Amino acid sequence: MADDPAREPDHESAETEGPAPIADEVAAVVVERFPGSVFAESHGQPVVYVDRSVVVEVARMLRDDEQFTMLVDTVVVDHLLDGTRLRVDGVEPERFEVVMNFLSHARNRRLRIVCQVPESDPTIASLVPVYPGANFPERESYDLFGITFEGHPDMTRILMPDDWHGFPLRKDDAAARVPVTFKGDPSPR
Amino acid sequence: MGLDQVPHNFVTARLEDLVRWGRRNSVFPATFGLACCALEMMATGAAHYDLARFGMEVFRASPRQADLMIVAGRVSQKMAPVLRQVYDQMVEPKWVISMGVCASSGGMFNNYAIVQGVDQVVPVDVYVPGCPPGPETLMHGILTLHEQIRTGELLRRREASPTGGAGIDLGREPALTTS
Amino acid sequence: MSDMTHASEREETRLERQTDEGAQQLRPITREMVIAGGGMWPQDDLGDTMIINMGPQHPSTHGVLRLMMELDGEDVLRIKPVIGYLHTGMEKTGEELTYVQGTTNVTRMDYASNFANELVYSLAVERLLDVDVPERARWIRMMMCELSRMASHLLFQATNGMDIGAVSMMLYGWREREEVLRIFEFITGLRMNCNYIRPGGVAADLPDGWQQRILDACDTVCAGVAEYDELLSQNPIWLERTVGIGVITTEECLERSITGPILRSTGFPWDLRKAQPYLPYDEVDFDVIYTSNGDVYDRYRIRLYEILESAKIVRQCVEKMPDGDFRVQDKKLTPPPRARIDESMEALIHHFKLFTEGFKVPAGETYVAIESPRGEIGCYMVSDGSGKPVRMHIRGPSFYNLQSIDPMGSDSLVADAVAIVSSIDPIMGEVDR
Repeated sequence: MADDPAREPDHESAETEGPAPIADEVAAVVVERFPGSVFAESHGQPVVYVDRSVVVEVARMLRDDEQFTMLVDTVVVDHLLDGTRLRVDGVEPERFEVVMNFLSHARNRRLRIVCQVPESDPTIASLVPVYPGANFPERESYDLFGITFEGHPDMTRILMPDDWHGFPLRKDDAAARVPVTFKGDPSPR
Repeated sequence: MGLDQVPHNFVTARLEDLVRWGRRNSVFPATFGLACCALEMMATGAAHYDLARFGMEVFRASPRQADLMIVAGRVSQKMAPVLRQVYDQMVEPKWVISMGVCASSGGMFNNYAIVQGVDQVVPVDVYVPGCPPGPETLMHGILTLHEQIRTGELLRRREASPTGGAGIDLGREPALTTS
Repeated sequence: MSDMTHASEREETRLERQTDEGAQQLRPITREMVIAGGGMWPQDDLGDTMIINMGPQHPSTHGVLRLMMELDGEDVLRIKPVIGYLHTGMEKTGEELTYVQGTTNVTRMDYASNFANELVYSLAVERLLDVDVPERARWIRMMMCELSRMASHLLFQATNGMDIGAVSMMLYGWREREEVLRIFEFITGLRMNCNYIRPGGVAADLPDGWQQRILDACDTVCAGVAEYDELLSQNPIWLERTVGIGVITTEECLERSITGPILRSTGFPWDLRKAQPYLPYDEVDFDVIYTSNGDVYDRYRIRLYEILESAKIVRQCVEKMPDGDFRVQDKKLTPPPRARIDESMEALIHHFKLFTEGFKVPAGETYVAIESPRGEIGCYMVSDGSGKPVRMHIRGPSFYNLQSIDPMGSDSLVADAVAIVSSIDPIMGEVDR
């Protein structure tokens, strides 16, 4: 189980409520309700690593009980070629991480939820039933990384052409630098 | 009957020169602003760097009514067929200015997503470098094109070379295969 | 490689079961088709719906956005935006460039307000490095960001006016925007894509005479804004075309992750400059503009007055600019001044190392968000101790704001669809990245 040390104030949130900063209470609630989750503090911001099977319940809890009105972003990270990977005790690292940023306007705080997704089974539940704004970012994550979000109403490519093969932002897929092509060279596509 | 016997309100010129004069002074650009260069293109058309003094302030939305396609911005893989289609819909004579380094050569984005130079898709007449090229640079490019239209160099070059001047055979569809 | 194609084949079969509409398709809402007696055509008054395609090349100057609309006559039943026509692979390029080079890449995402992108990237890198930027650098950054906000909103006034029909707004907006771009050229050397705000501070100090030039520019811009207000805000044609059009509610905004002027137009005064200040916004005096109707007119009005608020902030920056360094004086992060390179071997080596390899950032991850003219722009960065990021993701606000087309545009007219898209003010560079 995680320990929640008394942390220094979150640099991002202005002190609009509460006289004194305390350990991140929302993260404490998440960790308590979902055993196996791990709390970590990253440069003054609270991060909770949860198992990908419970991500929809976590989101629902954050929206309904903890007043996290907005899902700011859904990002996927591919850790295939990391130099030094950031290790957190209690979290089993996989190739892909799906990161979700939440924002609570009423409480003026943020929370980050991170799920590990293995390469052999790149799927995770979609947050669209809870936050409809996850529609576009999840399609982008599918398009660029190949992570399938189950329950998404329209799991199609959004940025690449429909007939593109492969998932360009994966580390072993499209090259980040193609050789310089000159006039008269055959086009790569 | 010599010219001295003609009443003195005639001007004579070669037909070719007249045609080229007409074409040069009323080039209508097609709106093909894609990214940051589009903002500089709009600035060139705006009041301070006025393109209207060259007869070009009317940016035609329909390619059928346009003479010049200024490809302003980076062309992605998804956009390349659209670019070609718009170019094909333009009526001859037509010219292409590749504005900015992204259109000319892929620019700083030499990766999977950007066509490395719009001349892989359409034949280009003038390349304007810059990221983005300031309005003065774009105008220099446009005036270079006007000069080439005036001297007919473009049409001469197209006739002379078998592939239409820029390495693209206009009689044949370019190979945009998706293998 | 063979594993990956195997995986993608499994995805395709899985997907076929999931979706019934392709990304580039718009299936019409099925209507009853009645075959009139003896003929083959459906009766006209039952109404066929027509699917039309607007874009990606169209005169509305909002970049390469494609809209597929299902129309019943002039009524729009459904709008589906198709994006990706400007996908540049900037996030992949970001993984290939060092942290020193990263701002040149990021600044081209939201190309109407370049400093916002540069600032959010630099803040993320500085957070991962745990460095603090000197006060003067923070104030310079704030001033440049607010000038950039003015330039972006002037661009909005120009393009919005032209889309709705006030074509001369295009010229007026650009006239004022040229003033701001001239200031950028004066201070940074470039009109656009300036690459001025870098990790550690700003690239160079402010040149002599900057105070008077900036105050003059602010005066010109504010006079221009007064002109637009007089021209449009009480204009009956403008009011007909914008009031009550494209209405969106706060709940719809929040659940779709929509931020910025669209959210503020619904009556929700959320502005990161006040709520979670990332630069010395708490030391200057300005108001957050918000309205309550959530229509196109409100968004036009908010952006108009935000120009004036930004001018207010810029004037206070001119007044209160502190002295000091414009960049953090850490030799491992900041290149030496050019003159030193001739004098000191160490300076030469540092310069070389910084511009070839860049500096290394310890392993970590962070998310930084600021208020760009379009909403909350964020940078999620993951580092691994090397000189290049593992993941450099920019949360472009227009990407999420485009999800508002659906609630705003359904049950409107075609002409209103243009006004609605224009009022969202999307910049496709940050939508597609």
